[in-house]
Amino acid sequence: MRRNKNAFAGVNCVFLTLITTLLLSGIGIPVILQAQTVPAQKVAAQPDSLDKINQLNEVEIRKIKVSRRQTSSTPLQILSGSELQKLNSLSVADAVRYFSGVQLKDYGGIGGMKTLNIRSLGTNHTGVFYDGIQLGNAQNGQVDLGKYSLDNIEEIALYNGQKSTIFQPAKGFATASSLYLKARQPVFEKDKTYLINAYLKTGSFGLINPSVLWQNKLGSNFNSSVNAEYTRADGKYKFRYTNGVYDTTAVRNNGDVERMRLELALNGVLNDSSTLSTRVYLYSDEMGLPGAIVSNKFNYLQRTWNQNLFVQSTYQKDITKKYSLMANAKYGYDYNRYLDPENVSLNGLLDNHYHHQEVYLSAANQYHLTKFWDLVLSADYQMNSLDADVYLFSYPTRNTFLTALATHLNFKNLDVQANLLGTYIHDRVEDGTPAGTKQKLSPTLMVSWQPFNGKEFRIRSFYKEIFRMPTFNDLYYTDFRRAYIRPESARQYDLGVTYIKVFHKSYLQQVSIQTDAYYNEVRDKIVAVPGNNSQRWSVENIGEVEIKGIDVNIQTNWKVQPLDFNVGINYTWQQALDVTPLSINPDYGRQIPYTPEHSGSVLFAASLKKLSLNYSFIYTGARYNQKANIPVNYIQPWYTHDLALNYLTKVAKSKVRVGAEINNLLNQYYDVIANFPMPGRSFRFTLIYSY
Amino acid sequence: MRINNLRYIVVMLFAVAFLASCRKDPKPVPEEVVETLFPADLNVAVKGLYLVNEGNMSMNKASLDYVDFTSGQYRRNIYNQSNPQITKGLGDVANDIGVYGSKLYIVVNGSNKVEVLDVKTGRRLGQVDLLNPRYIIFNQGKVYVSSYLGQIGDPNAPKGIVAEIDTLTLKEIRRTEVGRQPEEMAVVGGKLYVANSGGYSPEKYERTISVVSLVTLKEINTIDVAINLHRLKADKYGDLYVTSRGDTKNIPSKLYVINTQTEQVKKVFDISAGNLAIDDDLAYIYSAEFNSSTGMNSISYTMLNVKDETLLTTKFITDGTDIKLPYGIAVHPVTKEVFVTDATDYVTPGVLYCFDVSGKKKWSVQTGDIPAQFAFVYK
Repeated sequence: MRRNKNAFAGVNCVFLTLITTLLLSGIGIPVILQAQTVPAQKVAAQPDSLDKINQLNEVEIRKIKVSRRQTSSTPLQILSGSELQKLNSLSVADAVRYFSGVQLKDYGGIGGMKTLNIRSLGTNHTGVFYDGIQLGNAQNGQVDLGKYSLDNIEEIALYNGQKSTIFQPAKGFATASSLYLKARQPVFEKDKTYLINAYLKTGSFGLINPSVLWQNKLGSNFNSSVNAEYTRADGKYKFRYTNGVYDTTAVRNNGDVERMRLELALNGVLNDSSTLSTRVYLYSDEMGLPGAIVSNKFNYLQRTWNQNLFVQSTYQKDITKKYSLMANAKYGYDYNRYLDPENVSLNGLLDNHYHHQEVYLSAANQYHLTKFWDLVLSADYQMNSLDADVYLFSYPTRNTFLTALATHLNFKNLDVQANLLGTYIHDRVEDGTPAGTKQKLSPTLMVSWQPFNGKEFRIRSFYKEIFRMPTFNDLYYTDFRRAYIRPESARQYDLGVTYIKVFHKSYLQQVSIQTDAYYNEVRDKIVAVPGNNSQRWSVENIGEVEIKGIDVNIQTNWKVQPLDFNVGINYTWQQALDVTPLSINPDYGRQIPYTPEHSGSVLFAASLKKLSLNYSFIYTGARYNQKANIPVNYIQPWYTHDLALNYLTKVAKSKVRVGAEINNLLNQYYDVIANFPMPGRSFRFTLIYSY
Repeated sequence: MRINNLRYIVVMLFAVAFLASCRKDPKPVPEEVVETLFPADLNVAVKGLYLVNEGNMSMNKASLDYVDFTSGQYRRNIYNQSNPQITKGLGDVANDIGVYGSKLYIVVNGSNKVEVLDVKTGRRLGQVDLLNPRYIIFNQGKVYVSSYLGQIGDPNAPKGIVAEIDTLTLKEIRRTEVGRQPEEMAVVGGKLYVANSGGYSPEKYERTISVVSLVTLKEINTIDVAINLHRLKADKYGDLYVTSRGDTKNIPSKLYVINTQTEQVKKVFDISAGNLAIDDDLAYIYSAEFNSSTGMNSISYTMLNVKDETLLTTKFITDGTDIKLPYGIAVHPVTKEVFVTDATDYVTPGVLYCFDVSGKKKWSVQTGDIPAQFAFVYK
């Protein structure tokens, strides 16, 4: 490694060293203290009587907060509650950057598309679920996480493989990785029948973002919630490109965003103690589409409009002591308009309108065979259709039937889940050749084992086969019909351990570690190559990728009176090699584009009475932006330091929280996606009022 | 796990993060030289061959390569080293290239510019800004560039233009409207002929060649040929060879011959034609036609005699060299060697092949992404 002559980057390196040293010494000192206290405990823990050992263990166990993170047989990462609120995050996309094994594909700015690629399987293999029901996009198969505000989110959970529970819709078994967004559930204090949270955020990029959440108790069994949000930003920020000779700083244009969101939810427990929850989601936006910053062209005129509506409902009932039913239903409508004033045809400016509809029905049946043995049969039906005013559009309709048979064996020290998912997909088109019928069976096996008596240490492993269907864009993009495209399959193997330890009489209160090694294979990868006009598109099933990786998550909790703090570390090593046969692939054995070998994050959260401080560091190593691992395709590593300060106080009966954030503290200019610059240093201020 | 182990892991993690974290000094990506690709010969009449690589859209990866016939070297990616001061380099999607006098012109479509370089040094002399430029041609001290749109944002202005640029001032002198999305051009007998594609309106492609008077720079006639015209080359007998791309669905590509005297279609070759080079009496044609039912490109090579307009049975690749996606073609005016580029899969560096007169591969070399257009350099 060469030292950097550039003063800016130099400061970065120094700063990093400083932080490293601080953290290391921070961890080191209490550990020494701990070392001194351990022998005393050991002595106490070596009496003759076995009972006594058990008693001691129980005492200790009670203090360990064994969470889902430890017991889940698939790797699980969670951000929730106040942890989520204090993060430097505006949208779900900002928050998921802190997870290990993920790459957020970020086109920059508030409006830039942000999708999640988990363990290098590709963004289309990530399922995003909102309150248990998948957010879909049959058109391109991707969910833009930048559009989902955190204001109404209580928890973000990322499962590799699938959620480690079998009582779920068949869709829950049907993606390679799953991100679960849980909307906020009201908790009413005594004698209160309502709860109001009002938010106001403002800061860089001309951001104005007010929102209000009003939760209301309706009798003893029901509650409602109304959440309305407005976001406006001009999206302007400075970016800089330099090759050491030229050094150009400019302002990002056409990044303006205006968004409105209204959510209504009704949750309740019915007389027969079954539960029902219904949610209505309305969303509308208008924004500019800032394009690639290329030589001599920095400004763009393209615009897009989106409207989304969905209504979803979940009903759950324990019909007998042994038999439970969960039913889900959803209707969704998405509208998208794309306007390109740089493309003028006989019909005027290019102005396309897309209408996507979705109907979803699901029933999951759980039967408790014995105390330790459950069986689940889930059946889902989904219909997607797409209309557009595009020449030679094929108007596809897709019917998807999913059936999952799952079983769960839960012994004291061993937890085994297995399922077989059957997928039947039928496409119809009004014009051209449809993709026809595709059928597949996909098995999954998940094991979590506690080899020793203590609950501290667990070993987990899973094997999962799954695939993703070609999207409507893959198959029916205007003048090419590609009925020959096959589903893209993914196979995952994972082996990991979780460990949690509570300490007494030391500054370090708790350590929890989750680490996993994995091997994934992607076959028949659907590769789309954009060209400079519509006649240059081609989509083929030619890709094959082999991915090896290690994810490490460490969380530590500390108490140094009067200060409480947590340090979390995520690290990912990944080798994702393009193993498409050499005969058609000169880049055989090379790292696939946009996949760093090393990446990670450090999260430091401290609280002192009413004050809390969050520091986070995110690091993404060097990558290549195309298949060939050659100098012209090299992208520099990037690393950002973010700081957030929050002050929470009570004014009369209400709570007021004031927050200030600095993002990208050292003003590093970087690209996540080549030629789509990310913002430099930016600020955000938050005011939250709760009553 | 023991605490010491934990501490060790933490230290290791930080060490890895720290060691790998510092960014390199930014510096221009240097050119790469492939030595003695073929034997050096200082006395050749044709000094070299510029090859421009398009680079994929939004990737800003247009690049310039040079075959040095005198030294036998291949110089890859030479623009950045010669012109490190130009922000973001050559730019996005280079579509055409041409040498005229002492200058080298590169049409960079996605960067809305025509780059003008010194043909000897590769150093930049200037830039002409032009929206959505496509192809370039030269005549009597003037440069002509076709462009998909005269202006953007006007729904009532779907037509393209041809701009006339002065080679000394590098300023646009005048322009004329032609058909929609005009492509390649040729000058015959004081008139400029430009193939119109109409690619932005696939429901109603253009079918014409626009005939432009170089005196008035006005469209004086249109020649009805076939839909979606693209390549247009003149032979030395006053005929134009123009390709129709078809509609990529039901109508296949074809090659048409136009008589510039009558300004009418003279002959139709019912062959797949994607691009062609005409040298003396011979036309070298390749085609990579996408088959929408198999998802494969079917590749074909054809030669024809332009003097009597007959298809030949000879081939310019005879040794079975497997080219995934032929994307550019040029014929050496003296040795008659044929240069064919392979764009492979568009997202990885391509290959330049040199075939001798008998159609056997002489050499091949890795290029930039999507190697496309050529320009020979004479003395």
